Amino acid sequence: MAREFLTVYWREMIRFVRFKGQLFASLVQPALWLLLFGVAMASNFDSSAIPLPEYPGAVSVDYLTFMAAGVMAMTALFTGLFGGMGLLFDKNWGIMKEMMASPMEPYHIQIGVGLGGATKALIQVGLVMGFGILLGVEFFAGFSALETLVAVVGILTFVAVFSVGFIFLSAGLAMRVESMESVQAIMTLLTMPIMFSSNALYSTASFPGWLQAISTVNPLTYFVNGVRYFALGGDFAAMGTHYQYSGGEIVTSLIVLVVFALLTFVFAWFSFRAAKMK
Amino acid sequence: MASKIIEVKNLVHSFGDFKAVDNISFSVEEGEIFSFLGPNGAGKSTTINVLTTQLACQQGSASVCGFDVRSRPHDVRKSIGIVFQDEVLDRDLTVRETLEFHGRIYSMPADLRQAREKELIKLVELEEKVNERTKNLSGGMKRRLEIARGLMTRPKVLFLDEPTIGLDPQTRLRIWDYIKGVNEEGTTIFLTTHYMDEADRLSDSIQIIDHGKIIASGTAESLKNTLGEDMIYLETKDDEKAMRVARGIPEVSEAKRTSQGIELILKADGGKTMPDVLRALEAERIATLSVKMKKPSLDDVFVHYTGREMRDAPAENGLPKRRGH
Repeated sequence: MAREFLTVYWREMIRFVRFKGQLFASLVQPALWLLLFGVAMASNFDSSAIPLPEYPGAVSVDYLTFMAAGVMAMTALFTGLFGGMGLLFDKNWGIMKEMMASPMEPYHIQIGVGLGGATKALIQVGLVMGFGILLGVEFFAGFSALETLVAVVGILTFVAVFSVGFIFLSAGLAMRVESMESVQAIMTLLTMPIMFSSNALYSTASFPGWLQAISTVNPLTYFVNGVRYFALGGDFAAMGTHYQYSGGEIVTSLIVLVVFALLTFVFAWFSFRAAKMK
Repeated sequence: MASKIIEVKNLVHSFGDFKAVDNISFSVEEGEIFSFLGPNGAGKSTTINVLTTQLACQQGSASVCGFDVRSRPHDVRKSIGIVFQDEVLDRDLTVRETLEFHGRIYSMPADLRQAREKELIKLVELEEKVNERTKNLSGGMKRRLEIARGLMTRPKVLFLDEPTIGLDPQTRLRIWDYIKGVNEEGTTIFLTTHYMDEADRLSDSIQIIDHGKIIASGTAESLKNTLGEDMIYLETKDDEKAMRVARGIPEVSEAKRTSQGIELILKADGGKTMPDVLRALEAERIATLSVKMKKPSLDDVFVHYTGREMRDAPAENGLPKRRGH
């Protein structure tokens, strides 16, 4: 079996550890979100005088714990969206020509970059989660060691599938656009709505219908569902909203993310074909 | 007779309405250094891109190492090495990693890859820089690394697209030495260049290309010989009359106007013919303002066939992108 994608992956990883500044920034940014936005918002909400409804039986979760899943999602989203963009540099100032002129099929580039991005996302989200727990995020409360292990594996599975989907999307875009400027524009255009039309930072229950519709086609929503299910359990309340997830819903969420990754895989596949068959 | 390693028949390649390559045919013998000489925008890179299967073969046919570029691109790719015109390096990989990466994407087994890396790093004299990132290399070192990379898979043909563009004269000489060395080891070299001296010094066979068409071909010697033994450039008070007079001299095979005066192509030794020419002009009372004699160069060959100098020819898309550090 052809294994050239492992070579592409190997190079991704060399670059990941070599760009110390970028590595540092990619870890510090979500940590800062958690520290500043999370703590600030939490201190506002949790001390608010308005009594929130109680849901008997549901685990009550503070805001910091609630939004930690959102910051993890943001980390995975950024890593995914920027993961494929390195290809634009390779195209303009790097070795894309070498790869495209070699006998290697271009899907190896796509898979290698996808694996690389997923690895980066796993490391970064893992670190952000650890940092959050140090800050007081109450994940895995009352879980046994085995339950915690299962939960961590579940979360990482969601991280991997989710980030791969966005890496394929950004890789496909990188092969089609020419300039860094257009990339910036597309990134800004994508990240904001994806972030804010999801349940990452607040409940979508009181969204108007149209926004709720967007939220239900937003992969980020499904990702956050998965993380919260594994970290907080299937029945919890936060900010006055009662969340209940069944195992079936979580499997559905994972399937949605897998389908998203498959669609973006196909998109990237065609983008690479088009770039090769000039 | 040596076998033909590259064969091109009636190749046409257009970008929109623009015919970059306009019905060219040629072949390359195994083991030779073959040059495509022409100004920027003449169609050299387009041809190389079709031969290396980076561009589709639109019309006509081309085969490399016995494989048709249209039906067996994968086999073509496996049997060639390429040194691109632009710098194609990952700035953050080291010299060794650059070769390693190449060997791996060409599915070379690990032991062979490592042996070849060592051998090639030695060949291009980058032993001291093995663990240096490519962004810290000089322009010449980068070029040498790219040549080494092109040789990793020990290709039958190495394609070099403007190998010394933007390099200083000393570095160019060194790169030429490497190219010759590689060729002596048995690799066929296909190179494009717009430098006359490069084609002259390196090639066994030259095709001069302009506006997508091959306008002359042969060895450097035979091309220059088409212009005779020597050339005389004259400026006179009456160029029209001077040309007529010169054409009457048996040793003069051709006389024509240039932007500055007239140019005579001689079939005999210029040192002996020059006095005859001057005497004939004097006899007709044509005042001579200046006289210059030289051996024909490839530049003259280009001027002879196109009517203009290669350095005056239009540039492709502005200045070449490569090098300069």
